[in-house]
Amino acid sequence: MRLVIVAGPPATGKTSVMLHTLRHILTDKIRVAVCKIDCLETSDHSAYRRLGLPIMVGLSDYICPDHFYVSNLEEIFAWGEKQQAEILVVETAGLCHRCAPGIKGCLSICVVDNLSGIDTPKKVGPVLTTADVVVVTKGDIVSQAEREVFRRRIEMVNPATHVLEINGLTGQGALRLKKVVLASPSIEGVEGRELRYPMPSAVCSYCNGETVIGSRYQMGNVKKIVCREVSND
Amino acid sequence: MIRKIAVLGGITKSGVRETLRMVEIYPGEIVAVVGPTGSGKSQLISDIEYWADGDTPSRRQIQINDQVPAEFAVETSLRRLVAEISQNMNFVIDMSVRDFLLLHAESRHIENALEVAKAVVDCANQLTGEPLMMDDSLTALSGGQSRALMVADVALLSNAPIVLVDEIENAGINRLSALRLLAGRGKVVLVVTHDPLLALLADKRIVMQNGGMAKLLTASPSEKVLAGRLQKIDTVLCELRERIRLGGELTPEAIKEVTWTDAQRVSA
Repeated sequence: MRLVIVAGPPATGKTSVMLHTLRHILTDKIRVAVCKIDCLETSDHSAYRRLGLPIMVGLSDYICPDHFYVSNLEEIFAWGEKQQAEILVVETAGLCHRCAPGIKGCLSICVVDNLSGIDTPKKVGPVLTTADVVVVTKGDIVSQAEREVFRRRIEMVNPATHVLEINGLTGQGALRLKKVVLASPSIEGVEGRELRYPMPSAVCSYCNGETVIGSRYQMGNVKKIVCREVSND
Repeated sequence: MIRKIAVLGGITKSGVRETLRMVEIYPGEIVAVVGPTGSGKSQLISDIEYWADGDTPSRRQIQINDQVPAEFAVETSLRRLVAEISQNMNFVIDMSVRDFLLLHAESRHIENALEVAKAVVDCANQLTGEPLMMDDSLTALSGGQSRALMVADVALLSNAPIVLVDEIENAGINRLSALRLLAGRGKVVLVVTHDPLLALLADKRIVMQNGGMAKLLTASPSEKVLAGRLQKIDTVLCELRERIRLGGELTPEAIKEVTWTDAQRVSA
């Protein structure tokens, strides 16, 4: 199964970008499952469900959504396999961007938008600097020169990344992301795999700098996810 | 070297094949894109800017010299072949004019960046009213100043062989001088416009309808004559506009004077 991690600041169009991309992927009759990680509530799952995809939701509640995500990756991965998915998309809603959800050996996508300010590529931090693909949205509301300057800023902090411009409204550009997703490696499991960037700052083992995935590496305040497909709205 | 750009027809908003199956554009040509609002003019421009390969809502494919773009050049070089003036009237990026131009020059791999940046500002100031300065913040510029800077940036800094213009007439700047500046020499130029004068000055015009390219017209000799006359009327209007802008009053004498000088010019 390919594990695809999607992250980025709020309201940049992560869900819209993935909906367009998955719509293209589904035309190839590939089985896709989606897990949405959010903090308090989310309604994005209904948009994914309209594509007919199995979707599960994890709400982190009082825990940082990134830490919650990594403490539950094994469980989420197992759920994806149970859905017989060939691609499992995990969309996370990291908040402070001190952490990055990317995993070594899995495709990591960061979504930012042209309106978020010229310093955003620097401020967003590891979620952008460790991403394989940086998707830039809302290009239709700025000038071409601004798009080029924004792209340049992204390439300055992450020279190895592949910058893709996607219009979240029309889906223009999503076919190119589909190709990247399909070219990403398939993995057997997540246990023992490593985060691309440690998640410090103090309640669970990941706060303490742990980067290896799996229950046996977890200590402290760990909240476990309930893996089940969301029933009808 | 670009010898030809071809737009291969895709689908309309209703999902049926668009009427024109192929439009070819050669360097040195100005092509106007006309049609009602919502007819897909901006999408056509965007397809070229994006080097569409059947992967945009219109499903069009763009070719350079009969090749698909990916065969013609790598992605980064392809991007630099196109410069676009979009409909946006304002900048959202929060930087000084200088920093913005220097970074833009860097992104286009331009060597004498500071010199070019200065030339862009000088050029913008010839198009706009109140001058803008290197240290001004982009977001504080007026709509007209922003557009003037965008035009000068496309003309001098991007200086690309393909120029796409999405409506220049509402910018509060002299649209004819802006277009002349943008078109340069030997470039492929597409201009989305609602302005009869700009449409007639173009060599060809694509008529858009319901998202599709419906018709391709070549400016007829009688249209070219008409364009000349429109240009004279336009000169009169521009002169009146300048007088009002500079705080003048349009007395019957002033109007007579303007129209008279124009009539003189016509006979000359």
